[in-house]
Amino acid sequence: MAKSMTIYLRVWRQAGPEAPGRLVDYTVADANEHMSFLELLDVLNEQLIHRGEDPVEFDNDCREGICGSCGVMVGGIAHGPQQRTAVCQLHMRAFKDGDRIVVEPFRAKAFPIVKDLVVDRSAFDRIIAAGGYVSTTTGGAPDANALPVSKEAADEAMDYAACIGCGACVAACPNASASLFTAAKIAHLALLPQGSIEAPQRAVAMVDQMTAEGFGDCSNHAECEAVCPKGISVHGITRMRREYIKAVLR
Amino acid sequence: MSGRNNSIWQALVSPVGRKVLTGLTGLGLVLFVIVHMLGNLTYLQGGDAYNLYAHKLASYGVLLYMLEIGLAAFFAVHAYIGINIYLRKRRARGGRYNTYKTAGKPSRQSWASRTMILSGVVLLVFLVLHLMHFKFGPGVAEGYVVAVDGAEIRDLRRLMTEKFQSPLYAFGYPAVIVLLGFHLRHGFWSALQSLSFTSPRWNAVLYALGAAIGLIVGTGFIIVPLWIYFSQFN
Repeated sequence: MAKSMTIYLRVWRQAGPEAPGRLVDYTVADANEHMSFLELLDVLNEQLIHRGEDPVEFDNDCREGICGSCGVMVGGIAHGPQQRTAVCQLHMRAFKDGDRIVVEPFRAKAFPIVKDLVVDRSAFDRIIAAGGYVSTTTGGAPDANALPVSKEAADEAMDYAACIGCGACVAACPNASASLFTAAKIAHLALLPQGSIEAPQRAVAMVDQMTAEGFGDCSNHAECEAVCPKGISVHGITRMRREYIKAVLR
Repeated sequence: MSGRNNSIWQALVSPVGRKVLTGLTGLGLVLFVIVHMLGNLTYLQGGDAYNLYAHKLASYGVLLYMLEIGLAAFFAVHAYIGINIYLRKRRARGGRYNTYKTAGKPSRQSWASRTMILSGVVLLVFLVLHLMHFKFGPGVAEGYVVAVDGAEIRDLRRLMTEKFQSPLYAFGYPAVIVLLGFHLRHGFWSALQSLSFTSPRWNAVLYALGAAIGLIVGTGFIIVPLWIYFSQFN
């Protein structure tokens, strides 16, 4: 039998990009510990719809922690208090009956609020477009073992490839820096032979685009790594800097 | 891809270049404060040790000037970029969070890391006052002179003793030094990370080394003023 919980939410409501926003108090009396945090918001929205109020907008898609669509500040932490967990996989058993939880959108100048908890993260798409791709041959599928890749490089590249682009790193960074996201992409591709062709241009082009989008500087707080649902290491940022320096000195 | 950015200047003002410059100048300044702290400790040796040390430094002449100009440039670049990063960060956030918390380890966010701008600005103001009081303070011409082995040299020991007998100096100075300790606590590791000298295997050691440097430099600087202040009551 699932334990029933009453949760007191303070949710950021904002009607549109230019509208003023404010925190609004809601009580969800019929929550239970098996619900995900997004399901808690679903329950809240059903209440709101029944009352004829506007439901709380939030981004979500796969709800299994791999698409990168969801992401809100839960109690002041991006994706909530449980590490290596996207907010869709955060379950109410991580909270106590009667908890008061503040829910806010990811905040960054480069992530303008669309409505309520929905932010526009297309700045990330533009960083990817600036250099997050590789040159490859067309035609038939290549032989899977044609390109030798060391086990170490494959493992580390995979760790960086795990980035789902949710933006939690930016939201949690005291400087609203996008360094971990950009670094994950640069490090992932730089570690693999497929990525070596564009490696120098990529580092510079992606860092330049990151700057142009208005993200802040990295101050090595490493808060990004702590909130990343995929646990991507700030060592990636070290790799990004090395790639950038190599490209400039070339 | 929009092509390569060939200009070294553009690279230096990029987010990567700014961190590299901050890290390099920061490590240079760490070296400086360690040497300065060790120099101060010669005061505790008593006698003419401290005055001889200061005189020896001053006797380097042109070499010392060059070092001082380099040091001033390091301070200027470090402070300029630091303030610039702070201003950029304020613009980059947009709205304020009602509630904000650190998610805990592996985050290295701490009181020290969050207050780099505060400790930095205090140190900058302190530096100006400190240079006025000591480096450009009263010297041989004002009678702060002592004869050592027949040579008349500046009696910096007397100046230091007089200054730190006042509670304002004796306790104000350590207060600033505590901030320096916190600045080094985050700054040392951060500099190594910015210069890409870190690796997951060594991070814990290097981060702990930052704490050790902050603690040792802080303690080394604080001992002398407190020693002087409390000695006057004996």
